[in-house]
Amino acid sequence: MTSRNPGDTQHSGVTRRTVLGTGAGVAAATILPLQPDAQAQQLPAPIETGTTIRVSMSVNGQAVSLDIDSRASLLDLLRERLGFTGTKKGCDHGQCGACTIHLDGRPVVSCLTLAAKASGREVTTIEGLASGETLHPMQTAFIDHDALQCGYCTPGQIMSAVACVHQGQATNRDSIREFMSGNICRCGAYAGIVAAIEDVAANSREG
Amino acid sequence: MRPISYTRAGTLEAAVKAFTAAGADARYLAGGTTLYDLMKLGVERPAHLIDLTGIAGLNIIETDGDVLRFGALALMGDVAYTPAVHEGYPVLSESLLKAASQQLRNMATVGGNLLQRTRCMYFRNGAGSTSTVGVYPCNRRQPGSGCAAIGGLDRGHAVLGASDACTAVSPGDWPVALMAMDATIELFGPGGARSIPIAEFYRLPSDTPHLQFNVDPAELITAITVPKTPGRASTYHKIRDRESFAFALASAAVAVEMDGATVRTARIALGGVATVPWRAQPAEDMVRGKTLTPELALEAGRAAFRGARPGQHNAFKMDLGARVIADALMIAAERRS
Ligand SMILES: Cc1cc2nc3c(=O)[nH]c(=O)nc-3n(C[C@H](O)[C@H](O)[C@H](O)COP(=O)(O)OP(=O)(O)OC[C@H]3O[C@@H](n4cnc5c(N)ncnc54)[C@H](O)[C@@H]3O)c2cc1C
Ligand code: FES
Ligand code: FES
Repeated sequence: MTSRNPGDTQHSGVTRRTVLGTGAGVAAATILPLQPDAQAQQLPAPIETGTTIRVSMSVNGQAVSLDIDSRASLLDLLRERLGFTGTKKGCDHGQCGACTIHLDGRPVVSCLTLAAKASGREVTTIEGLASGETLHPMQTAFIDHDALQCGYCTPGQIMSAVACVHQGQATNRDSIREFMSGNICRCGAYAGIVAAIEDVAANSREG
Repeated sequence: MRPISYTRAGTLEAAVKAFTAAGADARYLAGGTTLYDLMKLGVERPAHLIDLTGIAGLNIIETDGDVLRFGALALMGDVAYTPAVHEGYPVLSESLLKAASQQLRNMATVGGNLLQRTRCMYFRNGAGSTSTVGVYPCNRRQPGSGCAAIGGLDRGHAVLGASDACTAVSPGDWPVALMAMDATIELFGPGGARSIPIAEFYRLPSDTPHLQFNVDPAELITAITVPKTPGRASTYHKIRDRESFAFALASAAVAVEMDGATVRTARIALGGVATVPWRAQPAEDMVRGKTLTPELALEAGRAAFRGARPGQHNAFKMDLGARVIADALMIAAERRS
């Protein structure tokens, strides 16, 4: 756990996002060229002092209550303040699914969820799926089917995969692929991911 | 990001009161999937957020009355899977299910969706994304600064409804379906309640592209209603750079009423190709009263793009858009019972 202020992480110098360009449309792979007039380049905005608010929520079954910067995302709150670093930050703009968690039982992207909005609600992260030493069936299936390579997207994939089976959308490969399209895998482990979900759905191992 | 005050409003009246008290730097917040995203990019810089999601009853979905009625805070995913919508109005359901991802549809509201902002990357190039590229001009983000998309990277941009000040595409899918279905938007503001047809909701960019909606900033969307005209013979056909989770290159919302193979009426709206959700009247006129064939459908598609003005890299949208209309007409007609 660190005492870093989650609201402060937005403008800390060069980030993956600034290197990538602008976080443009999901399908717009084009990257803006360098602005010819170098003078137009601005320095990152200074870190401003935030307004603090108190939130209370349940995270993986445990009640938490703390003061947070009102600008913080639920993702930064989970990672930087509560130490649940299983949830990953890929794009920070809703485009990759690495930060997928369950809010009141439904998958959402925690990077675009204002932490203040989660007050009074139930959050489940990848750390909350296993019961003690026993992995969730979907976690086991991901291992069995080699559904990962680097593993960065995996926590988000598993949170969506669990919902895919729960919501009855794992009836065939097309439906699985459509449901899972909000989770991008840079390593291209898609074949294993679909197989893992099919396996859990078919063997009605509780999704 | 600026420091923000965060307030959860319990009633419509309280929300409007909080908004007017806070002044120009206030924004209503629903799912946040547009607003919070743009705050991170430094495109939106509000000082006060008034969260609407605690207002009771604003997320109702009613399908039993004279009209379909969707509370502004109903989630995209919930509306799409409502049985009467899913089975009775494929055009509405498909426009939602082909938008964003399942996670985002669990957050985003059908009211907020109407007010989403363009995905033009010059527009999204706000102060929060400057470190390597600098800030490009954009009349929509910064009135009077110019438009970098004109003569720039405009593959995703509009061929219909553009002006010399802005060619950014209206990105939403649901508003296109609502345009074809003649929906009405219900509003509540300091001056009380009113409603306007969706055809009057969006503004062409002309020389004021920063003004996108004919809504007062202090006004809330409370509901969307859709007349119960026959909806089964309808579709939302969307072509993207990839199969799923992408904005439209071209899309068409089509609902037809048929007498056998003859078209009695066709309602057609376009997405991905215009600066506002675009009703394609010339295409509708071309098929009315005629026997629908693939050839006629394509002719109708072409009629919708007469007068289109392509930029440098987006002329393909005229042919693609015409074919999307043609295919959508055939799919919709196929669904007549
Ligand atoms: C990665 C990604 C992919 C996406 N793909 C698609 C896609 O393919 N197709 C598509 O159509 N959309 C897509 N979207 C956009 C998404 O559908 C919209 O962001 C969403 O519908 C907005 O709803 P919201 O409730 O989150 O709005 P918010 O972000 O909360 O609000 C949006 C705007 O509306 C205002 N507002 C919200 N509710 C009200 C109200 N009731 N009254 C008055 N003002 C209000 C807010 O002040 C704000 O200005 C995508 C978004 C992301 C992040
Ligand atoms: S970090 Fe990419 S969707 Fe949240
Ligand atoms: S396993 Fe590497 S990104 Fe998916």
